[in-house]
Amino acid sequence: MNPTASPSASGSRRVVVTGLGCVSTFGKGVAPFWQALSQGQHGIRPLPAPKEGDLKITTGAWWADYDPAAHLDHNLILLADRGSQFAILAAREALADAGLEKPPTNSAIVTGCCVGGKHAEDASYWDVYAEKKPRVHPLTIPRVMANSGASLIAIQLGITGPTFTTSTACSSANHAVGQAFWMLRSGMVPMALAGGHESPFVFGLLKAWEAMRVVSPDLPRPFSAGRKGMSLGEGAGMLLLEDRDHALARGARIYAEIAGFGMSADAHHITQPLPEGAALAMQRAMEDAGLAPAAIGYINAHGTGTLANDPVETKAIRLALGDSARQVSVSSTKSMHGHALGAAGALEAIATVLALHHGLLPPTANYENPDPECDLDVIPHAPRVASPAAALSNSFAFGGLNAVVAFRR
Amino acid sequence: MSLGSEHPDSVTGELTQRVIRVITETQKLPEGKITPASTFEELGFDSLDGINILFALENEFDINIPDDAARQIKSIPEMVTGIAGLLAAKANA
Repeated sequence: MNPTASPSASGSRRVVVTGLGCVSTFGKGVAPFWQALSQGQHGIRPLPAPKEGDLKITTGAWWADYDPAAHLDHNLILLADRGSQFAILAAREALADAGLEKPPTNSAIVTGCCVGGKHAEDASYWDVYAEKKPRVHPLTIPRVMANSGASLIAIQLGITGPTFTTSTACSSANHAVGQAFWMLRSGMVPMALAGGHESPFVFGLLKAWEAMRVVSPDLPRPFSAGRKGMSLGEGAGMLLLEDRDHALARGARIYAEIAGFGMSADAHHITQPLPEGAALAMQRAMEDAGLAPAAIGYINAHGTGTLANDPVETKAIRLALGDSARQVSVSSTKSMHGHALGAAGALEAIATVLALHHGLLPPTANYENPDPECDLDVIPHAPRVASPAAALSNSFAFGGLNAVVAFRR
Repeated sequence: MSLGSEHPDSVTGELTQRVIRVITETQKLPEGKITPASTFEELGFDSLDGINILFALENEFDINIPDDAARQIKSIPEMVTGIAGLLAAKANA
């Protein structure tokens, strides 16, 4: 395919990633995150026993020794729920990493968030339902709202450009990165902070996940025979995106280029994924990027490790890439950082960008035996030295909403 | 709990009818659509129907049907056998 043939991309700006920031089960920062991923180490650990009652979900990918006071001042801790605190930390790191104090005031901030400030919400319900308290904390509403992270980052940085939050379950962050990418490519904004944040480890929400019967009692083993489901994760990822010419002019380090973005809806079922829907988003991302399937050397899979997702995603990759699916390296980094829901695409974008930047593809950890229905090259256990020209990062949400970002080295 | 002791067939028959009633109500199916031998495939249940049915049966019998066991259950007879086992374990606990 001719790279200039994509109508939506022709005559427009090129968008590069010049800053990365994250919070994950591995703690604060991209360095510990990448260190773990590049060594195939998972961060799935026991959850504290809940005071509220029985819970079958006993493990998750969570930052066990997070101390807000060590990172944020009192006012922000008061205003922000745990996930939004992570978003602020990730945004600060991405800016510093890009060598910027503040982006231009007309920059964009787009964050993905699926469940909102669940810690504040759960605590307030506990207060009124269980403790029969007459009132809840007055900042419950601003802590609970899903756009809290985007808003607090804007307030901190004085950014007055397009600032909003996408909430499309597990595709939230990919939709966020995609919208920011398109705003930049069209020339609408000079820079963007894009990513997502989430912290789902509260009793009420975990009971809901328990009832869905998709969380593994064991480690998550994406694409393996005998896999028993996902592990939930928490964290935030933020990417500083800017116009390539601008980045080159200021001598910024360029990690990778965002080459394209594709979206689709399965229009099929609220929880059962459809290969054709996921494939359509992948095809649209490649078309938007002007990339042929043969150029895709790595796919950071949605790879939840559920019985339903992994064979459907395998079919989707085969549909979208055709014969090139036989050559492509695929991994699920959720096997290590967990499924961080609205932050998933952001953490996986960072993993994908660093894979291209370092020429090292992170593996699928905890892999056991091959599943004939997931017959892809899934990079089991150990990272792979490879320098693909381009990569895809897949996110396929409950509700059948698919979002795929294409990156180019 | 006399399950499996004096009148195993009639007890199992009662359990089967109770399971069928709960699933019929949960899935808003016409009476008689589910038979004691029905498979979930015949009934057209998908995974979301499955978790709704498990939820209703757990509430009905005050039991916990583990995920691993639930995945193996694909018919009314298998569901009845599984629930009978869980009820017996509860009675002996």
